[in-house]
Amino acid sequence: MKNSLKITAILTVLLAIVSCQSNERKPGYQYMPNMYESVPYDTYGEYEIFEPVTGGSEAMKPAEGSVMRGWLPYEIDDNREGYDFAKANLTNPIPYTEENFEKGKALYDIYCAICHGSKGNGQGTLVEREKILGVPAYNDAGRAITAGSVYHVMYYGINSMGSYASQMSEKELWQVDHYVMSLKAKLDGEEPAAFVEEVQVAETAAMQDMDAGEAQEGIDHQEEAHSTDH
Amino acid sequence: MIQVKRRNSFYRIITLCAAFLLTFSTSIFAQVDAAAGDAAAGEALFKANCAACHKLYKPATGPALYGVVEKYDEDYEWLAKWIRNSQELIAAGDSRAVATWEENGKKIMNSFEGLSDADISNILAYTQTEKPEPVVVDAAQDGQGGGGAGVSNNVILGILAVVFLLLVAILFLVNNTLKRFAQAQNIELHQEPKGRPIWKAFVENQFLVLVTVILLMLGGAYFAYGAMMSVDVNQGYAPIQPIHYSHRIHAGSNEIECKYCHSSARVSKHSGIPSLNICMNCHKSIAEVAPEVQAEGVEYGVDYNKEIQKLYAAVGWDEATQSYTGETSPVEWVRIHNLPDFAYFNHSQHVSVAEIECQKCHGPVEEMEIMYQHAPLTMGWCINCHRETNVKIQGNPYYEKIHAELSKKYGVEQLTAAQMGGLECGKCHY
Ligand code: HEC
Repeated sequence: MKNSLKITAILTVLLAIVSCQSNERKPGYQYMPNMYESVPYDTYGEYEIFEPVTGGSEAMKPAEGSVMRGWLPYEIDDNREGYDFAKANLTNPIPYTEENFEKGKALYDIYCAICHGSKGNGQGTLVEREKILGVPAYNDAGRAITAGSVYHVMYYGINSMGSYASQMSEKELWQVDHYVMSLKAKLDGEEPAAFVEEVQVAETAAMQDMDAGEAQEGIDHQEEAHSTDH
Repeated sequence: MIQVKRRNSFYRIITLCAAFLLTFSTSIFAQVDAAAGDAAAGEALFKANCAACHKLYKPATGPALYGVVEKYDEDYEWLAKWIRNSQELIAAGDSRAVATWEENGKKIMNSFEGLSDADISNILAYTQTEKPEPVVVDAAQDGQGGGGAGVSNNVILGILAVVFLLLVAILFLVNNTLKRFAQAQNIELHQEPKGRPIWKAFVENQFLVLVTVILLMLGGAYFAYGAMMSVDVNQGYAPIQPIHYSHRIHAGSNEIECKYCHSSARVSKHSGIPSLNICMNCHKSIAEVAPEVQAEGVEYGVDYNKEIQKLYAAVGWDEATQSYTGETSPVEWVRIHNLPDFAYFNHSQHVSVAEIECQKCHGPVEEMEIMYQHAPLTMGWCINCHRETNVKIQGNPYYEKIHAELSKKYGVEQLTAAQMGGLECGKCHY
């Protein structure tokens, strides 16, 4: 009798241990949570104070009318006339240097090549796998893209292509623009254009503003870099 | 002369016949007609020319094209004119063209002057393809993906436990009844001779006691250590997200760059959760997954098409009108990677400056159907990597001077992050 009771007890304990595996759907335990949970509002945290605004989430849109530092309004409208105007009049304000070209290429390979293909012939991975169709090659004669139209299209999107203004800064968009136009030239069988030397180019006011924007964006990053000196 | 005249009229007849044949041949043999078209050839043409704006069964930038031939009463001549240059038809005041244009939001359709009659017939033949049957995901399985297996395991374990307890109870009862029978019938039960109980023998053997105590202490220490080391280490944490987003499909099968969606990892401390407009960059076109992909979802108990509908509901996209309704609701993603507040970490420093692969810390994300935390994110883990990783100095003039000086001081070619100061407390704790 006693034996069977003992055996049951042991088995129950064993079962309890076995069933105590960690649960991957729940986070682990915290020791002294006030060391982990910050006094300032955490990114993507949930707080009572935000309930009336967002239902609790810390993440919100910037206040109406706020402007990012270094950001300049893009004054051309998102419609047919705006597109035609940009195509005819807008030009790339940053110089065609090797650095801008390389940065543009890196960004292009992240953001555009997946549809437009790394050569710009409209045969990206998503097109080859038939997920997205009808992506034009950059030398499509009917479209006759220009630096201005490319910027306009990246900024607002066109038909089924979305806007890329939230993923890249103004300067980065222009760097990609340089690279797109170089791909178009290559597809057309033209000689690649020569790079300009950075020093020869007088910085335009627009460029300085853009640099200010870059600096602001990279502030976290610079903080980190500076602390190397300590 | 007569001869000549005859020859003349003969030639005239031949020429007339040829002219007659030519005029009619265009209308008889090469006329646009979907019935004569080859749907397979049409599919290729459709994908190359039309699919940027049209789908067969759903509206896109332009209207759905399944059944256009019937819609316009098989008026092939008109259809061909519209396809080749719709703006010209509209400008000419064709009432049907104007009506079609206004019905579809006055968007300007590209002209396709280059398409031959045969091409257009093929394309129109393709637009008559019936819609394939959708793949049905087993409704019995839990829609939350992966959760199904866990639940059924628990149920089985529970049932086993109950059966086991029942068995014990039955044995106990049977034993009791048998004993009572034995007593009632006066049968002498065979009793074990009472010797020394085993625990007494155990207690008296001091060596055995010592060994057992040591073993118990070691075991206890092992479990206690394990339990304490897992405090706030969330390795393997894989919460259920409000939308079943599969990194396996996006980053794995489709090879989309991590930074396409997590673009802020390049330039800021946080690698932000992508806002929904970035989903819509592709999902404006992709409202339904391919049948093969949907079939893969059966394995995980997910209906991917339903998940895309959740995205549309959250971002306020109306598929029927192909426009935003303006009614949005936030998607409350569950945060997985969360460093305690006393540790500073900056994504851009690692992603843009050091150019470390995302997978180094986040693991094989391109294989994860459900995202989980790959690394322990403990301090020891950070430090180890700083000790092993060389500072990337190529093309970064910022490091030139300090690298030259420090590498001379340490007498090495390449400095590790640790030698550059990557182990100092104040670097991450301030
Ligand atoms: C999700 C796939 C996709 C991605 C990613 C994408 N595009 Fe496009 N792009 C398209 C489609 C589809 C069209 C055709 C749109 C239309 O119907 O006119 C297009 C058209 C264009 C055009 C021609 C527009 C015109 O003037 O007619 C340009 C230029 C262009 N894209 C540039 C870019 C650049 C630069 C990027 C990267 C920042 C990019 N695209 C990323 C799908 C994509």
